[in-house]
Amino acid sequence: MLPQQVSTGVSQRNVCGIVGLFLKNKALEPKLGALMTGMLATMCERGPDSAGFAVYGHGDPEHVKLTVRAIAPDYDFGPLATELSATLGTPIAITPHDTHAVLTVPARLADAARAAIAARTSKVKLVGVGTRMEIYKEVGRPDQVARRFKLSEMAGSHGVAHTRMATESAVTTSGAHPFSTARDQCLVHNGSLSNHNALRRKLSRSGMTFETENDSEVAAGYLTQRMREGASLGDALEKSLDDLDGFYTFVVGTENGFGVLRDAIACKPAILAETDDYVAFGSEYRALAALPGIEKAKVWEPEPATVYFWERKA
Amino acid sequence: MKVVDLDVTPLRELNQMLHDQHSRVDVAAWRIVNPRGRHGIAAGLDAALTVEIDGHVGYYCAGMNKQATVTIDGSAGTGVAENMMSGRVHVKGDASQSAAATGCGGLLIIDGNASARCGISNRGIDIVVKGSVGHMSAFMAQAGTLVVLGDAGDALGDSIYEARLFVRGNVKTLGADCIEKPLQDIHKQHLRALLDAAGVGGEVDANEFKRFGSARQLYNFKIDNLEAYG
Repeated sequence: MLPQQVSTGVSQRNVCGIVGLFLKNKALEPKLGALMTGMLATMCERGPDSAGFAVYGHGDPEHVKLTVRAIAPDYDFGPLATELSATLGTPIAITPHDTHAVLTVPARLADAARAAIAARTSKVKLVGVGTRMEIYKEVGRPDQVARRFKLSEMAGSHGVAHTRMATESAVTTSGAHPFSTARDQCLVHNGSLSNHNALRRKLSRSGMTFETENDSEVAAGYLTQRMREGASLGDALEKSLDDLDGFYTFVVGTENGFGVLRDAIACKPAILAETDDYVAFGSEYRALAALPGIEKAKVWEPEPATVYFWERKA
Repeated sequence: MKVVDLDVTPLRELNQMLHDQHSRVDVAAWRIVNPRGRHGIAAGLDAALTVEIDGHVGYYCAGMNKQATVTIDGSAGTGVAENMMSGRVHVKGDASQSAAATGCGGLLIIDGNASARCGISNRGIDIVVKGSVGHMSAFMAQAGTLVVLGDAGDALGDSIYEARLFVRGNVKTLGADCIEKPLQDIHKQHLRALLDAAGVGGEVDANEFKRFGSARQLYNFKIDNLEAYG
């Protein structure tokens, strides 16, 4: 490889694109997916390798939604629903979305459902669990990924999405963001962490399991661990400034919350916009340029090492 | 005045039309509408044009500018007026990081705030920020001026060579080898000229500023070469 090519490769490291949308106005909720689709499409150039998104849609406390993805591209989810219904002793609703499907199970059977899915790892893999959160991710161009899953038809209160230019681990569906390490929690990341291996070992010793070698999954796991210990998402993000080493802009979703954090050096770009109707995040302003009312929005660059956090009333 | 709508005209076509004015100016006044955060708008100009951009712009707007006067009626992304040679760029909103990076000449005015690394590696451009600047501003600045009417973030002027820094508000911390220096009449004159050029000479008192510059301990300063340092 020529020296010039080496330097070009280095300068393009860790590009990635992030978008996030948190709606304050309930009237916009049916349009969440459509708005996110437009935002995600503008970020294709920042991350053409894979894309993923989490949408916080309808949910009730009596049920949990398990998003699973099929290992084989043409997998038929029908028999899985029948098998799981038999195993759990109750009818399980399944909603396929291309390579993914959402299983809605009674909350009391969540662990049994997880175990049943874990017993079928050759066929399906668990992507995320939530009362309201659904997660979809695939390799490929982000606009095509959004189309495959019909993101534009999805409704919800908030969502995050990511376009990945891979650096720290391979281009695989598992390596695509968002990463979810606990119920209704997810994280997308632009940057790279330098102490993720040590931190992964530490978190593993305290009982946390990781699905990938990805640095961003460790950041998600770290926040989950802090929240398990009783911290709010805001407090967990605050603490991560001490414990996570590297470059990062994080956008994090919880069942009712939406948080943003940049590291103290703030190499990774970030723009926030807020109106009476929404809070929107983009790696670049371009991602926000088509949102309704953006002309009158408060638009600003989030400060380094400063936690931004919004919460909706449950 | 020629109006170009970037929702209709591709950006490359716009920039080509502007570059076509280099050899002979047919249209001196331009207005660009619907920029929508696109990157590289009005970059590489080299003619006495006035370009007004109606809205927020993306990265490297008016980069490498020579002679032209570019006004952004909105905020600017990373690297606005980077490597500017001459002319004038005016951002009416905020500017993202690395504004005027490696600029060699001309004047950049930012009405709002500039984020991190404003005026990094300055080689001769004058920058007036009416708000505040973020961390590592004027990092490794070699020449030129940074005037900040508000506050400066961490590590102002880290590893600075011979640039002149004036801050009216608070400086969070000074970077390595950057020190406060006395504000003498010659500096006040220079400062007043820049405040006038930025349109705030009447309302801002040059006496309210502190001056910062290099302690000349970190780089291999040779007094014999003083003239060359500007």
